[in-house]
Formats: sequence, structure tokens, C-alpha cells
Amino acid sequence: MHSIWTRANAVFAFTLSVLAAMTFAAFLTTAFNDNIAPVVIKSSNAQVKNVPNYSANRAKNDLASLNFDIQVDVSPVFNWNVKQLFLYLVAEYSTPLNPLNQVVLWDKIILRGDSPVVDVSSANPKYYFWDDGNGLLGNDNVTLVLRWNVIPNAGYLPLVQASGSHTVRFPSNYITGKF
Amino acid sequence: MNVRRFIYRVLKFAMNISTLLMIYKGLMVVTRSEHPIAVVLREGMEPALYNGDLLFLTNYQEDPIRTGEIIVFKLEGKEIPNVSRVIKVHERQNGTSKFLTKGDNNQVDDRGLYPPGQLWLTRKDVVGRAKGYVPYVGMVTILLNDYPKLKYPALVGLYFLIRRLCKYWASFILHFIPLDVDFDLN
Repeated sequence: MHSIWTRANAVFAFTLSVLAAMTFAAFLTTAFNDNIAPVVIKSSNAQVKNVPNYSANRAKNDLASLNFDIQVDVSPVFNWNVKQLFLYLVAEYSTPLNPLNQVVLWDKIILRGDSPVVDVSSANPKYYFWDDGNGLLGNDNVTLVLRWNVIPNAGYLPLVQASGSHTVRFPSNYITGKF
Repeated sequence: MNVRRFIYRVLKFAMNISTLLMIYKGLMVVTRSEHPIAVVLREGMEPALYNGDLLFLTNYQEDPIRTGEIIVFKLEGKEIPNVSRVIKVHERQNGTSKFLTKGDNNQVDDRGLYPPGQLWLTRKDVVGRAKGYVPYVGMVTILLNDYPKLKYPALVGLYFLIRRLCKYWASFILHFIPLDVDFDLN
């Protein structure tokens, strides 16, 4: 009647049910958090040049360079259902060709247990800041914002924008040579 | 075992299977993605997503793709879809956009993975965007792919699991609908 297999099966099924219920509870308790934290972004030394983009279509596109500072403390975002934060700095701007452009300049992975304080000063972009065309020259409304993707232990994967942004004005002359 | 009992069993099994199928197809309608559930099979998104993690995807066409999203895309000539993060978006006036992806664990963007001549992804390449995440659950499918002989015990296990779930659902639903049917699914 109650063989070892029926017992093992019952224990296994019950374990699975409990794990599923706990996972769902973890999701429910954290799904409605706003996950926001304030950030301070600064920048300097904005420059543009017009060079062929060999990683894409080889046409002459605007390539920008700038130095930026980021100060943010993401400890309020971490709760019991956060495995990792993926922080990324986005340059958002519009050009006559594309009303919306988003280019990720920098990113950082913060795992649970890592220091939640990010203090980056006068850093260079981690990825090339190429425009799709020639829309960066003289563009005086390039907004830098910091966003993060919250990776839970299990549950919803929200994208959040930190409160605080910074506007970069690019000069109206191309530079030649190196940045 | 008489004929009536045999037919009853067959029907019960068919109903269990079709319930699962209906749930999956229902998910496809609700999420508008042809793959509402996906298993991670690559290392490109570690440490966020590991092999065998399960992703829940949606694919609402009116919702524009933005940087930072984890998307699943299928490339021409490739069997297995890729999971990656959007790092560049350029959107035209008419709403069409092109975007570039990069895996968190990769040093360079995914252009090398795209078919020759393709520099950007467009909306039609996207199978779904990751909205939910559960770790480890997809491990079963990976095990089944790596060790095909496990399929038979797994099928038996799946059968019992479905039976169990259907029993719960049936008793739950019948609790509210006073049907005059014998629904004994023990």
C-alpha cells in the first residue's frame, strides 16, 4: 500500500509544490516595486568627428567621444528577490533622419554581494558612440540617462530609469585626428 | 478491464494532453509570441541568464523595442533562436526601427552572428522580449536533448504530472460548476 516509491513520489510532489508556491510568492512580493534610485551624471570634453564606420556600412558617420561621471547608490533596489542589476548608460537624441536614437555607451553588472555604490569619474564610453548618419554634429540635446534591468531570482524583469539625467551639447565643428 | 473503462481512460488521457496544448496555444494568443516560453541554451547572457533558465516572452508589435531589453531573435538560416540584449536603437519617422544586440557575457556585439550583409536587426527578426524569468526549470529540456534515452522515463513522469495537475484543476473548476458529470480523475 505505502511502498517506498509511493512515499518518495509523495515527498517529491510535495517538495515541488512548495518550491513553486515559494517562487511565486517571491515574485508577488517584489513585482510591484518601483526599483528607482537617484543618479548624478556629468560629462565633459564632448567631441565629434566624421569617419567611415567599418563595423557597419563603411559610410562616413558621426563618431562622438566624451568623458562622463556617474554617481549612484543602487542599494535601495536590492531586495530578497534581486540576483543582479544590469546598469547601462544610454545616450538618447533625435536627428532629422531618426527621431529616436538610443545608444548604450557604458554598462556594468552588479551582482548580489558586490558593492552597490557606483562612482565612475571621467570615464570614456565603453562602446563606440556612432550615429546612424551625421546627426551628432552641433546636436545640443543629447540626453544621458542611466537605466537598469533588474534580474530577479525568479519573476518579472523590469527596466527602470534612474531619476536624474544630463544633457550634452556637441560642438558644431568636426575634429580631425584622434580624440 | 471492460471496453467502457478502456475508452474512458483513453478519453481522459486525450483530454489531459489537449488541456496542456490549449494552455500553450492560449499563451501564444495572450503574449502574441509564437514562442511564449523559451529555454536559454547559450552562455551569452551570463551571469543574468544561465543554460537551462526559463524565459517568458511577449511580442506585442505596437510596443517599440528599446535599449536594455533582453530579446529573443531568430536569424535567417539559423535553427536555434538567440537571446541577447539590445544596445542600440535607431527609429525612423514612420516607426520602423533597426537595432543592434550584444550578449552581457560577450566582448563584442552580435554582428558577427548575423547573416553576412545583415548589420541590424529589425522588428520581424524578434521572436519575443523577455518579461519573466525562472531559473533551472528548462534544465529538463536540455537533459532530454543531451541524453535522448531519458525521453521515455520523462514521458512517463510527464504523464503522471499532467494527471496530477488535471486532477487539481478539475476538482477546482468543478467546485464552482455543479455539473452532473462523473469526473473522477483519480
